[in-house]
Amino acid sequence: MIRDVEVLVIGGGPAGLCAAEAAASAGAHVLLCERDGVPGGQLVKQTHKFFGSERQYAGERGIFIGKKLIDAVTRRENVEILTDATVLGMYEDGVVTVLKDDKHLKLRPKKTIIATGAAEKFLTFPNNDLPGIYGAGAVQTLMNVAGVKPAERVVMVGAGNIGLIVSYQLLQAGVRVVSVVEAAPRIGGFLVHAAKLRRAGVPIRTGWTVKEAYGNGKLEGVVLCELDEKWQQVPGTELDVPCDTLCLAVGLTPLSELCWQAGCHMEFIRELSGHVPVTDENLMTSVEGLYAAGDVSGIEEASSAMVEGRLAGYAAAASLGYDAERSRAEADAARAELRELRSGPLGGKIRAGLEKVAEKRRNAVC
Amino acid sequence: MLIRDGIPTAEDLASVLPSPERLAKGPIAIAECFQSIACNPCTKACPQHAITMEPDINALPKIDPDKCVGCRLCVAKCPGLAIFVVDMTHGENTALVTLPYEFLPVPEKGQAVAGLSRSGEKLGEFRVFGVASGGKANLTWMVTLEVPKELAMEVRNIRVEV
Repeated sequence: MIRDVEVLVIGGGPAGLCAAEAAASAGAHVLLCERDGVPGGQLVKQTHKFFGSERQYAGERGIFIGKKLIDAVTRRENVEILTDATVLGMYEDGVVTVLKDDKHLKLRPKKTIIATGAAEKFLTFPNNDLPGIYGAGAVQTLMNVAGVKPAERVVMVGAGNIGLIVSYQLLQAGVRVVSVVEAAPRIGGFLVHAAKLRRAGVPIRTGWTVKEAYGNGKLEGVVLCELDEKWQQVPGTELDVPCDTLCLAVGLTPLSELCWQAGCHMEFIRELSGHVPVTDENLMTSVEGLYAAGDVSGIEEASSAMVEGRLAGYAAAASLGYDAERSRAEADAARAELRELRSGPLGGKIRAGLEKVAEKRRNAVC
Repeated sequence: MLIRDGIPTAEDLASVLPSPERLAKGPIAIAECFQSIACNPCTKACPQHAITMEPDINALPKIDPDKCVGCRLCVAKCPGLAIFVVDMTHGENTALVTLPYEFLPVPEKGQAVAGLSRSGEKLGEFRVFGVASGGKANLTWMVTLEVPKELAMEVRNIRVEV
C-alpha cells in the first residue's frame, strides 16, 4: 500500500525540524523521517552556545535549541515523526521508500524536503585504521550523548569549528588534549573558540599534519610534522606525540545520495564541500517539488541550516496553497536572515559557492 | 598571532582595552572579540545598551565606556566566552577580574586557584572573590578573581587544582 503524504521531511536535524515546523505552522500535514532513534540530529550533542542572532537562538546551547525545536513540532497535531526510519529510495514515479521496524514503507509525497545533513571526511596516513582513531563527531557522541569518557590523551586534527569545539568539550570531560594540529596556515574556526582552548593550555599548531600513527593493536601515538607553503611535509620536523586517541575533524561533506537518486541536477562545488543539488531561491532542486535544506546543500553553520529549513518549509507550504501570503512573507524573511548571516568576511566562501550554484542553474535553464 | 595560534597579540588587545582614565573610574567590560562573525547576543545582554554593533551583526562589538557599569551580565552571555570585566578600583594593589568558566568543579568564594594567561600559563595562585551562575539554561559561571593590579590584563582563565 502506498501512503499519500503532503510534505515529507527527510532528516530530523536543525534543518529538518525547522522545515517541519514552518510547513506545519502554515497548515500543511508533515511526515518527518529520522534515521536515528531520536530527532535532533547533531544538536543532541552540541553542548556549546550558538552564535548568530536571536532568531537563530544565539547564546543558547545546541542541546537546548534541539529540545525547543523538537517540542515545537511534537506539539503540532499535523506533524508525525517517524524515528528509526531510514529513507532508502526515491523513485522516478515519485514514490519514496522507507525502512521502519523491518518493514518497507512506500510513500507518495506531494512535496519533499531533503535535510539529510553531512558526513565527516577522513584523512589518509599510515596506520589510520588503528583502533583509537575516530571522527571527532563519534567522540562527541560518546561524551555528550552516551556519557562515556572516550580517551585519556587526545590529539585533534583540524582547527575548524568542530575540531576546536570538540577539543574544548574533551577538556570539560576531563580528557587531556595534547595538541590541535591544522594543516592550513590559519585557524579555520572561530578565533574565540581557539582563544578559549589556548588559554586552557592547549597548543594549536597551524601548518602541521599527521605523518603517521603507530601502536601495537591500538593507537599508542602519532608522529606529527610541519608542512611547507606547498603543503609538503618538511623532513626533520617530526614530533613524536604519545596519545591513546586521535580525532579527525577535517571537514564535512554533504550527504546528498538521495538527491542523486531523485535525479536532481548535481554539481561539485568546492566551496560547499562536495556534490550538492542545484537549488533555486526557494531551495527547490531541479526536480519539481523536491527541496534541499541544511548541510546537504552545502556545509555551513547550524544557524544557517535552521533558517534554510524554515525557508524550504514555508516555500513548500506556499506552493501547496497553505497560508500562501504569510508563507511567502516568511520565506522572504528567511532569505534576508540568510543574507545577513552570510554577509561577513567568514561568509565569503559560502557566498562564492552559492554564486557558482546560481550560475550552474542559469546555464541549465538556458 | 591569533589566527595562527589562538593568542591575541598586544596590538589586538590595544584595540579593545579601555583608557587608563576609564579604568580608574570603576569596573568595565572588555570584549576580546577580534573577528567579524555573525553574532550579537552581547548587545541584547546589556541592560545599559552599552554594547553596540554597527552596521550589522557581523561587526565587532563596541563597548561604550561611559554607559558600561561593569555589571558582568555580558560575561556569561557571550557564546565565544570572550568578554571579561576588570575592576582596577578594587584595592590599592589588587584588581578584580571576572571571567567566564565552564569546568567542574566550580570554585568557591575564598578558594585559591591557579590564574592562567591567554596562552594557558600559570601566573600565580589567586583568591576567588566571588562566583555567580549564568543560570540553568546558560550554564556558564562568572568567576571573579582578586589579582595583583599588574596582572589584571593578563589573567584570563583559571585552573582549579584538586
